[in-house]
Amino acid sequence: MSPDAALLQVREQVRAAAARDMPLCIRGGGTKDFLGESRVGEVLDLAAVAGIVDYDPSELVITLRAGTPLAEVETLLATRGQCLAFEPPSFGPRSTIGGVVAAGLAGPRRASVGGIRDFVLGARLLTGDGEVLGFGGRVMKNVAGFDLSRLVCGSLGILGPIVELSLKVLPVPALERTLEFELSAAEAVVEFNRWSRLPLPLSASSWFADRARVRLSGVAPAVDAACAALGGRVLPVDEAGAWWDSVRHHRQPLLAAREPLWRLSLPSTTAPLPLSGSLLIEWAGALRWLRTDEDPARVRALAAASGGAAARWYGAPGEAMFDPLPPAALAVQRRLKAAFDPRGLFNRGRLVAAL
Amino acid sequence: MEPSPLSPERSRRRRDVLAALAQVLPSDALLGSPGELVPYECDGLSALRQVPLAVALPCDEAGVVAVLGVCRKLGVPVVARGAGTGLSGGALPHADGVVLSLARLNRIVALDPLAGIARVQPGVRNLSISEAAAPHGLYYAPDPSSQIACTIGGNVAENSGGVHCLKYGLTLHNVLAVRGYTMDGEELICGGAALDGPGLDLLPVVIGSEGLLLVVVEITVRLLPRPATARVVMASFDDVGRACDSVAAIIAVGIIPAGLEMMDQGASAAVEPFCHAGYDLSAAAILLIESDGTAAEVEDEIGRLSKIVRDAGATAVAVSGSEAERLRFWSGRKNAFPAAGRISPDYYCMDGTIPRRQLARVLGEIKRLEVRYGLRCINVFHAGDGNLHPLILFDANAAGEWQRAECFGTDILELCVALGGTITGEHGVGAEKIGTMCSQFSDGERAAFAAVKSAFDPAGLLNPAKVIPTLHRCAEYGRQRVHAGQLPFAGLERF
Repeated sequence: MSPDAALLQVREQVRAAAARDMPLCIRGGGTKDFLGESRVGEVLDLAAVAGIVDYDPSELVITLRAGTPLAEVETLLATRGQCLAFEPPSFGPRSTIGGVVAAGLAGPRRASVGGIRDFVLGARLLTGDGEVLGFGGRVMKNVAGFDLSRLVCGSLGILGPIVELSLKVLPVPALERTLEFELSAAEAVVEFNRWSRLPLPLSASSWFADRARVRLSGVAPAVDAACAALGGRVLPVDEAGAWWDSVRHHRQPLLAAREPLWRLSLPSTTAPLPLSGSLLIEWAGALRWLRTDEDPARVRALAAASGGAAARWYGAPGEAMFDPLPPAALAVQRRLKAAFDPRGLFNRGRLVAAL
Repeated sequence: MEPSPLSPERSRRRRDVLAALAQVLPSDALLGSPGELVPYECDGLSALRQVPLAVALPCDEAGVVAVLGVCRKLGVPVVARGAGTGLSGGALPHADGVVLSLARLNRIVALDPLAGIARVQPGVRNLSISEAAAPHGLYYAPDPSSQIACTIGGNVAENSGGVHCLKYGLTLHNVLAVRGYTMDGEELICGGAALDGPGLDLLPVVIGSEGLLLVVVEITVRLLPRPATARVVMASFDDVGRACDSVAAIIAVGIIPAGLEMMDQGASAAVEPFCHAGYDLSAAAILLIESDGTAAEVEDEIGRLSKIVRDAGATAVAVSGSEAERLRFWSGRKNAFPAAGRISPDYYCMDGTIPRRQLARVLGEIKRLEVRYGLRCINVFHAGDGNLHPLILFDANAAGEWQRAECFGTDILELCVALGGTITGEHGVGAEKIGTMCSQFSDGERAAFAAVKSAFDPAGLLNPAKVIPTLHRCAEYGRQRVHAGQLPFAGLERF
C-alpha cells in the first residue's frame, strides 16, 4: 500500500471512530506500549504511513512520514555523514520516527545539544475531525504562528497522530573519545556540572557503580585538548561505543530489566537524593534512573522538592506513571487537547489520566 | 505630534480605566495623558501607530497581577511591551487597551554558575545577562542585533535569534523555563530547571507566542561557556550564486560555523562609510563566517573554511587576526539596519526564511521587484539558516511610497512561502504580517491557532487582533492580492 493510501485509510478509521465516539490508540512500531498511564481503544496503526519525503543534506533538514522506521532514517543519514543529534532510544527494530517524537525521549547527548523538540522544525497532524494540519515548516527559523509542531514532542499522541515530520539533522562528529573516572555519585554530579561550564566539547556523561564517564565529540584538536584538560582514563573505542549504545537504547542491565524503575528528571546540580537502591546518572546529573523499594510517595516528594519530576517506568497496573499536574496547567492542557481532538478520541488518558 | 482628540465615549473609557488602575498602582506607574502616551504608540515598526488608552508600568510581579485583574474585570485588552524594539508591530497598542510595560521588572533574580542558569525578570536587557555571566566565563547565546536595547521578555515573546543561532539556537533552545500569568490571573510555569516534566510541554508554545498567551514575569535561561576564541573569515564573491554555493559546501563537509552571514553589494555600500568595517565594495556579495572553540580547533576550521570559499570562487579572503578585527568585521553586519536608516529616510525590513538552496533565486526575484516597484532594496541574510532580511528603502513622506514598499515586502514574503519557506524567521507576525499568515496557513491551521489562543486566554484580551487573522481578514487579503485573477508566483508549486 502506498503511504498516501495508508494515510487515507487512517483518516477513514479516524472519521469512523469519531462517528461512533470510539477511542483510538495510536501505534507506530509498537515498541513503547509501556509508556504512559493507560492504553485504551482500537489500534490506529501509522506504520504504513512511511517513507522519506525530502532530504537535502546541505539544508540539514529531513522530511519524512511518521511511520518511517528510526533505523531506516539513521542509516540514510549516516550515508551522508549526518545524524539525529538527540540520539533517541530505540526499543526495538520497529521503532518509528513518529513514535520517537511522540514519546519525546532523547539519549545521551540531551544535555549538550538539546532534546527532540529542539530538532523538530515542522509537523503535520491528523485532527479528530480527520483534517491534516501542518505547523512549523522545513526551514531552520520560523516564528509564523504558535510553534505547535514542537508541542507534539512528548505528547504521547494525545493531540492526534503525527503523519509527517521535518527534523533538523547535524553532522556526525569527526571524533569521539570517552574518559573514565573513579568518583562517588555526589562527586560526579559536581564534576559533570563543573566540566559542562567549561568550553569543552562534552557530548555525554554517565555515572554508574562509582564509575563516571564523559564523552567528548568534535574535531581532533578540540577533543585532544579536552582530554588533556580533564585527565582520566581513555576508554577503548569499542568499549566506549558499546557503553553509550547500551545507555541510549536501554540495554544496560539496570535499564533493560522490565521491573519497576524510577526516571528522575532533576535540576542537574541536585545532590544525590537520600534514597536507597541502584542508581544510574545521565545528562550531567539532570537524569537519574533509580531502582528502589522506597515508598513511591517519598520518591515523588523528594524529586518535586528538588524542582524536578519523577516517572515510574514498568510499574504495577493502576500505578500512576507521571506526577500530577498543577490545576492551572491541567486546565490549559485540557483545552489544548480539545482544540485538536474535541471528542477525546486519541490516546485517552495516556499522558495525563484526566485527558 | 499631538494625537487626534478621542471620541467622548473613548475619553470616558480612558477615565474609567485610569481610575481603576490608579487603585492598584502608584501614580508614577501609570501614564494617561496624551503627551505621555505618544512614546508608546509604536514599537520598532514605526509605520504602524496607535495611541493606547493608558500605559501601566508596574515595578513588581504583584503590580502585573493587579493590572491583569483590573483589565480582566473591565474587559480591557492588554498589550505587553518590553523595550519596544520589535520589528513586526507586536507591541502596537490597542486603541481600547492598556499597554503593560514590563521594563521596570529588570532584575537578575539569581545566577547559578555551577548549574549554568540564570533566573531573570522580563525587563532585563539581553546583553546584560551576558555581562552578568561574564565573570564566570559564561554567556547567554542568542544575540539579536538589538541586544544592547532589547529585553529578554521581548526575546521570549518573539523567539528571537541572532547571528549565532545556526550553531547555538534561538531563544527557545536557550530558555529552560518561563513563569507567567494568564489573563485569568492564574500562575503558569512552563518548563523548569529539570530538562523535562509531566504533561504537554508548553514551553515551545509560549516562546514566540507574541504576548497572546500569557504575561511572563520570570525567565530561566541557560548560560553557555564562552568559547576560548573566535575568528572570522570574510570572503568576497563577484557572483551571488557562487557565494550561495559556498554556503552549501561548508554545511556539506560537516562544519556548523558559529555564524554564517551574507551581505549584498548594496548592503556593504550602505554600511561601509558608516562603520569602516573594511568590506570589499567591488564584491557582489560578502560572506562572514565565524569559527569558535579552542585555538587549535579554530585554526583547523578556519583553514578548511578558507579552502572551501576559495574553491567556490571567492575573489578575496581575509581572516580576522585579532579580537578587535573580528568585531570590526561584524560591526558592519550588526549595524546594517541603522545604516539603511542613514542612506534612506525610511526602510522596511523583511524577515522571510527559505530553504537555503533557493537563496540565489530569491535574490534575483528581489532585483526584478526593485524595478517593478521603483524602490531600492539592500539585502543582509543569515545565510546559514536561510533567513533573509531584505531592507526596502523608501520615503514615507513621498506619496505612495509606503504603500509600494508594503506591496514589495508582501511579494517577497509570498515568494518565500511559495518556495517552501516562511513569512517570518525571527521578527514575528505581530500586526504587520497578519495578512500573509493567510497565505502560509490553511483555514483549519488558523482555526487551530485561534483555539490555542483560547486555551490560554478564553476572553481573548491578551494582545488581540495580532498574529492570527480572522476568516474575514483573509478573504479581504485574498481580494487585494489577486491581480486580474492571477496570484503572484502562480506558476510555483505551493508547499
